[in-house]
Amino acid sequence: MNYYEPKDLADFPNIAEWAADQGNKFFDYYGAATGAGKLTEREKSLIALTVAMTQNCPYCIDAYTTKCMSLGISSEEMMEAAHVGAAMMAGVTLAHTTQMRKIIKKKEM
Amino acid sequence: MEAREQLRILDQIGGGFSFAGKIREIHKSPLTAKGIDILQINMGRLCNLTCRHCHVEAGPHRTEIMERPVLAKCLEILHAFPISTIDITGGAPEMNPHLEWFITEAARLNRRLIVRSNLTVLFEEPYRHFIDVFTRNKVEIVTSLPDHLAAKSDRQRGSGVFRKVIAALHELNVRGYGMPDSGLCIDIVHNPVGAYLPGPQVALAHEYRERLFAEQGIRFNQLFCLTNLPIGRYLEYLIESDNFEDYISALCHSFNPAAVDNVMCLTTLSVGWNGSLYDCDFNQMLGLTVNHGAPDNIMDFDIEKLRNREIVINNHCYGCVAGSGSSCQGATTGV
Repeated sequence: MNYYEPKDLADFPNIAEWAADQGNKFFDYYGAATGAGKLTEREKSLIALTVAMTQNCPYCIDAYTTKCMSLGISSEEMMEAAHVGAAMMAGVTLAHTTQMRKIIKKKEM
Repeated sequence: MEAREQLRILDQIGGGFSFAGKIREIHKSPLTAKGIDILQINMGRLCNLTCRHCHVEAGPHRTEIMERPVLAKCLEILHAFPISTIDITGGAPEMNPHLEWFITEAARLNRRLIVRSNLTVLFEEPYRHFIDVFTRNKVEIVTSLPDHLAAKSDRQRGSGVFRKVIAALHELNVRGYGMPDSGLCIDIVHNPVGAYLPGPQVALAHEYRERLFAEQGIRFNQLFCLTNLPIGRYLEYLIESDNFEDYISALCHSFNPAAVDNVMCLTTLSVGWNGSLYDCDFNQMLGLTVNHGAPDNIMDFDIEKLRNREIVINNHCYGCVAGSGSSCQGATTGV
């Protein structure tokens, strides 16, 4: 058995097992959050794909890359979205240097 | 790949995933036709293109062509019975020497008359005049455009095909096709360029409409989303690219019981180039003629035996009931 087997993606609908009440509430929420609303399904799928890549979730990357392809989103559009995620991750890291720099400045003579 | 070999590969789908078993599980077995609303006539496998996804495996090298007696029999049947739609496909139907005569005769019947044209053939001699034939007879044209991006579309259909289709669409728009109240319809078929299922038809239609108008100045009527069925050249692609298992798994896991009620074979009768009868064009390419007591050649046409016939199913049928459902008229569940 390996961690992260591609075929395990098909197990996602079963994650409510042993905690059906909470699990089903999650699925209701998940459906409501990712379905078309003020934002289109297309826009939400690009957001989901980007989050999946920043959070290193192979199942979500697989699922949302395929979904984006199904929705007619081009490779170039997906790559642009990936760069938004990458830039945000870099920005988040660098923004936290404020805290680091403040501590250094406070503690150094 | 030979039809028998394709069926052997499709038979390998195991693990309780046989389509016949699935239909029994939801208590829809046997699948039975509800009538004949569409007579789909495959005029032959000759084509000027060699698309990578083609389930017909059509191309310039093919020699199968429907002869006039078979077409005359189709007309006789259409005269006799109120079949509402005549759906002409191929190959490239324009490359059948009897098409112009058949269209002229069929147009007199005042039915919905569809020709599935790749449009590129309209730039080749001696087929250029078909744009006039289609317009004069108010033929509804259905054409394939797998993607609104040229590079992606051409990866499936061949280099330069996208540009020719767009040029033909421009010409059709000029003649009134795709314009409000013109009575001239041009529909576009989207199918995935790769090993994945099509997204929601409404969303993709919106995307195509916006992009084709903004980037190409093209208007069209409807977008039909078609799932690629794992047969013909597409099956070969799936195997060669190591996508077969994942794609079949995606089809099986996307099984939608609601789509079973609207599957096109329930209202379609498909005629092969030699007059053989099938439940759909996909069964035709697999050599699966109508069965269960219904006559399997148009020369033995019997409306009573055909309109309530039991449908011949196999594992490729998952393609028509996955997700929103798929048919020659696009998604079947209105999602």
